[in-house]
Amino acid sequence: MSRVIVFGAKSDMAREIARGLAMRGYDLYLAARGHEEIEPDVSDLSIRYGVKVSALEFDLLDYEGHKAFYEGLDEKPSGAVCAVGYLGEQKKAEKDFNEAKRIMDTNYTGCVSILNIIAGDFEAKGEGFIIGISSVAGDRGRQSNYVYGSAKAGFTVYLSGLRNRLFKSGVHVMTVKPGFVHTKMTEGMNLPPALTAEPHEVARDVLRALKKKKDVVYTRWFWRYIMLAIRHIPEAVFKRLKL
Amino acid sequence: MDCPSGRQMRISGWGRYAAAEARVHSPDSQGSLNGCLFKLDSLIPRGLGRSYGDSSLNSDVIATGRLDRMLAFDEKEGLLKCQSGVSLAEMLDVFVSEGWFLPVAPGTKFVSLGGAIASDIHGKNHHREGSFSDHLASVEVMLPNGEVTACSKKENNELFKATCGGMGLTGFILNATLRMKKIETAFIKQKTLRAGNLDEIMDLFEGHKESSYSVAWIDCLAGGGRLGRGILMLGEHAERDEAQGGLSLKGGYKLNIPFDFPGLVLNSFTAKGFNAVYYNLHSRAHESLVGYDKFFFPLDGIHNWNRIYGSRGFAQYPFVLPKEAGREGCRRILHKIGASGRGAFLAVLKLFGRGNENLLSFPMEGYTLALDFPVTRNLFKFFDEMDEIVLAYGGRLYLTKDVRMSGEMFRKSYIDSARFMEYKHALDKAGKFRSLQSRRLGI
Repeated sequence: MSRVIVFGAKSDMAREIARGLAMRGYDLYLAARGHEEIEPDVSDLSIRYGVKVSALEFDLLDYEGHKAFYEGLDEKPSGAVCAVGYLGEQKKAEKDFNEAKRIMDTNYTGCVSILNIIAGDFEAKGEGFIIGISSVAGDRGRQSNYVYGSAKAGFTVYLSGLRNRLFKSGVHVMTVKPGFVHTKMTEGMNLPPALTAEPHEVARDVLRALKKKKDVVYTRWFWRYIMLAIRHIPEAVFKRLKL
Repeated sequence: MDCPSGRQMRISGWGRYAAAEARVHSPDSQGSLNGCLFKLDSLIPRGLGRSYGDSSLNSDVIATGRLDRMLAFDEKEGLLKCQSGVSLAEMLDVFVSEGWFLPVAPGTKFVSLGGAIASDIHGKNHHREGSFSDHLASVEVMLPNGEVTACSKKENNELFKATCGGMGLTGFILNATLRMKKIETAFIKQKTLRAGNLDEIMDLFEGHKESSYSVAWIDCLAGGGRLGRGILMLGEHAERDEAQGGLSLKGGYKLNIPFDFPGLVLNSFTAKGFNAVYYNLHSRAHESLVGYDKFFFPLDGIHNWNRIYGSRGFAQYPFVLPKEAGREGCRRILHKIGASGRGAFLAVLKLFGRGNENLLSFPMEGYTLALDFPVTRNLFKFFDEMDEIVLAYGGRLYLTKDVRMSGEMFRKSYIDSARFMEYKHALDKAGKFRSLQSRRLGI
């Protein structure tokens, strides 16, 4: 069975997506920094689903190393999931450019760097899929997290362009926009229970959408309409709101 | 690594009577768990929250939900090593089709490995196979000081004896290695026998000691000469040529639960009616082939069955009496319930085999009876009166299902309780690991 590489494999959403992929028979590469920590997931997925899984050391911010990393894979993947995310602290990012840069590099620049390489390979082979986990935060800038939001907005537009480019090569590019999700990243935040999904629900939506070859998927589904409404608020009004 | 800051929420035991506002932390690695042990002043581990009372409740709770990886499986020996958050249901999902079963299966499969160990759970095969912990090759515990120690019957035995059945009070169970049981099919040959009174049913237990699995349902509302009438269920794993479905429940499945438990309002009249109908639905003796799910986990098919008791919840009175005096003691307790007019919806009777050496494990050789009651006014006063009978006959109550027993009852009925407390206090000087239950019992 074909391999899928998962970036940001330590995140809760990535873990659940990896489970869903393994359940469907995909072999996996789990790539993350400090890959020893994902060894338990490697054994878990291979015991539960009988697929081949290996953990790979990968530093998203080491752009120079990305090409060598990809070339070093003995079996090239036919699917990629980019589930890297760093929320950071908005207040800190307003004053400390290093924090802002880290948010942008993790959520945007690093993803572009590695996905460029993968896109080139998939385009040449004329097959494969790329799933990018973006965010509803990228649909409109809000004072509470606009540095993160702007990086995710960039990633959303990047995926849209990539989809456009790879369409004729038969490569499926999917943009995932989760709303609130209970994860390590959001722990401690006061999220409205009715609007907040569990990571396994996000994974379920992602795998369904992958099967149906969707382009853009909001999860939970109603975020499509919430964001539709939010995007249509006139800027003159929006700037006065506390969202 | 940092302890996850956690989610503030209201949690309760399965009985829904005991509840608490808690901050629930869900570490996903040994490192972040370690952070929690240093950061929090008091905590209790919590798995799937299936203990009935207040044993997994505290103001800070460490959930095992993200520590749910299967770590290794040795196909030759059937040794399965998992993190403590893996549920028994997941183990069955993965391993039944490979020809392996749980060595001990409790009444629900929605139990975490850690919870199964901390409660040292038992099943319908206790008379032959003992408790869950009797099938553990090894357990790794993160002690209150953050140190990780392995224990087993051979290694660090005192820690093992205190941790298995220790209600999560000796440290955090990280992972454990379980000896799975080889099976040829996913089916159970079930035999049901009807007994007209308590003596008859206890004789049936004695007469079927060689059965792999046995449990009885008792009608505790029938009085007089029919006191303790009930149905004994026996089970054997079906062999390859006995079930065409083999290791898959999908083929050759026969639905054999004669009666789904209705979601009706419970009172002594409906309970009486239910019990009479259930009893009479069973002919004198009956044999059938059923999937393991239906045999072991009939209530798991009904999600949130604890809700039939309404928002006030229910409380179980689960006790065991030593064998010699057990018959008389059970009869006295059933008399008492009959006289009180309280409807016990489910009453389950089982003959336990010998107990193990763990300090707080529940089973001892004798009869165990578990009775569910909706929580009503004066119920706990009634339980206090029953405690006196249990104590007089040398019995005890199951900590995993207890929500109200007194510290005195605990200390008197668990003969190793003093030894447990001494060991725990030496291990956990600051008293970090505690639950509402441990405070109530003065542990």
